[in-house]
Amino acid sequence: MNLRSLIRHETLLALLLVIVLIVLSFQSDRFFTVDNLLNQGRLMTEIGLIAIAMTFVIATGGIDLSVGSILGLTAILTGVFWQNVGLPLPVAATAAIAAGTFAGFVNGVIITRFRVPPLIATLATLALYRGLAEGISQARSVRGYPEWFYVLGQKDVLGVPTQLWILLLAAVVASIILAYTTWGRTVYAVGSNEVASRFSGLSVEKTKLALYTASGFAAAVAAVIFVSRVSTTRSDMGTGIELDAITAVVLGGTSIFGGRGTIIGTIIGLCLIQALKNGLSLAGIKGDGTIMLIGAVLILAILASNLFERSGTRT
Amino acid sequence: MMTTTVEATARSRAAPQRPGFFKRLFAEYGQEIVVLAAIVVLFAVVTMVNPRFISANNLTTIFSGNAYIAVAAIGMAMVIVTGNIDVSVGALIGVLATISGSLAVAGYPIWFAWLAPVLVGMAVNAIIGILVAYARIPSIVVTLGALSILRGGLISVTGGTWITDLPPDYLIAQKQILGLPVPLVFMVVLTLLAAFWMRYTAFGRSLYAVGGNAEAALATGIPIARRTVAVFVIHGAFAGLATILFATQLQVIQSTVPPNLELTVITAAVIGGVSILGGSGTVIGSTLATILFATIGSALIFVNVSAYWLRAVIGLLILATVLADMLRRRGRS
Repeated sequence: MNLRSLIRHETLLALLLVIVLIVLSFQSDRFFTVDNLLNQGRLMTEIGLIAIAMTFVIATGGIDLSVGSILGLTAILTGVFWQNVGLPLPVAATAAIAAGTFAGFVNGVIITRFRVPPLIATLATLALYRGLAEGISQARSVRGYPEWFYVLGQKDVLGVPTQLWILLLAAVVASIILAYTTWGRTVYAVGSNEVASRFSGLSVEKTKLALYTASGFAAAVAAVIFVSRVSTTRSDMGTGIELDAITAVVLGGTSIFGGRGTIIGTIIGLCLIQALKNGLSLAGIKGDGTIMLIGAVLILAILASNLFERSGTRT
Repeated sequence: MMTTTVEATARSRAAPQRPGFFKRLFAEYGQEIVVLAAIVVLFAVVTMVNPRFISANNLTTIFSGNAYIAVAAIGMAMVIVTGNIDVSVGALIGVLATISGSLAVAGYPIWFAWLAPVLVGMAVNAIIGILVAYARIPSIVVTLGALSILRGGLISVTGGTWITDLPPDYLIAQKQILGLPVPLVFMVVLTLLAAFWMRYTAFGRSLYAVGGNAEAALATGIPIARRTVAVFVIHGAFAGLATILFATQLQVIQSTVPPNLELTVITAAVIGGVSILGGSGTVIGSTLATILFATIGSALIFVNVSAYWLRAVIGLLILATVLADMLRRRGRS
């Protein structure tokens, strides 16, 4: 039954995506062009990386609200390590990513060691990490990165935006891990029934610790790409991105209670949101109208899939 | 090691026989007491460093400037007690403030401009509550969607412009009752009413039952779905009341609310002792937690901590409170 409802939600969503793409391409002839679509891929990479890691986290029944703050902190550290500390940029970026990953690890420790519910733990670190970013930056922004750094966020490799390759790679690897490895199945097991997983000898705590660390890592990598794309670092980068990522994940069919969800669903959800954002703005609808529509789509998609699922289980 | 364990067991066995007043008080209001103690200590320390901290002016800033957060946190605490959550309240307050201010400027009676946000808040949250209770969509999903809808709606309606020329009579948050600032009175009265209601009425107690054990609640005849809708509607009313304070505290109404307002409200409820898992916590705790945050914010300025580090320190303190709470709970069980 689980597998069936999974297929249902994602097929439904893919269908919706196709309809949206068709409708939008009729609205504006600039929408369905290779250039525009690739550019949209560029724009959704940061949320995408975070959403992929978030899929794992939510599949275990957890949540990570601090990713936006980790993104901001990593971005600031990249700039500070490079300009103020004087490290070479590759070293600075690596060190910043390590720091962001560590921030995720701290989330994991708070959640697994102290048994703080993930929502609260990451709510607290959301404030803490953003605060650190603000404190370290003192409201200064760092600009003037070397030209080669922009390859990551503004240039193409083989005709496709560089970061889209990264997102693609991350999506493929994550799908394989989640669907086909023991470790991936552990994620579902923890999400469906944590106590039973523990009694079955699965290392629940280790899995969770690894996931929150991975979530921090994803946010940190997204931060460096973000900096490269917009050519500057600011402490408020990534504010609210956690809600965008969660929206994509939930829209993609991952149950907020855990135990269910796929990477492909998240990616479809992500594409749907980005297509709506872009297509509607090309059709002359302002960004605010689009935000409203995304909210409505989120509620309606879950409502529809709930109804399908219920009728499915009853017959 | 061995002896302490034995002693501890002996003590915990002896405890139920004659629980002292303070022990009972601490068992029931542990988190509230911790937060209150933190506020008292903070006040004492900062006042020693800088006596102007307890000047009437600063106290007004601390209490009145944040009263709207405390009022919103009352409704949030109730929602969380039933095992739900609402991440859209910040956007809702923004929308309600614009509605209220527009009515006041358009020349509608002042009382109507105050009543409208309460009624609209209740209506909006009734829809959210129905989606949660009857369509069975998790509250975090519904309110995430509502957050987008409300935020987008606010910007497209206002276009980012501020509402100015508010009639002086409308600005209730700047007035006084019996020499006390209105927001302070609002905060205290609403907190006490809500606390009493949750503690001593059958309806109030049933919220804990819904959040604590939904199946058992259903078995005892509590209509869970209806209670869920009701709690969201009440939460909407408190959001409306919070809006009145928020909208009238300045001479203008901006088309934005403080960023992450919903998270501030949730954090206040949770730090005040409301279990995020539902089933426990009080609104006295959420109001105290709001005051604690405001005190911390103000204290940092008075001890000359750079404003840029403000959020980091608040984050650290939130984390410390949460960890202390977890350790305390573990020690008790």
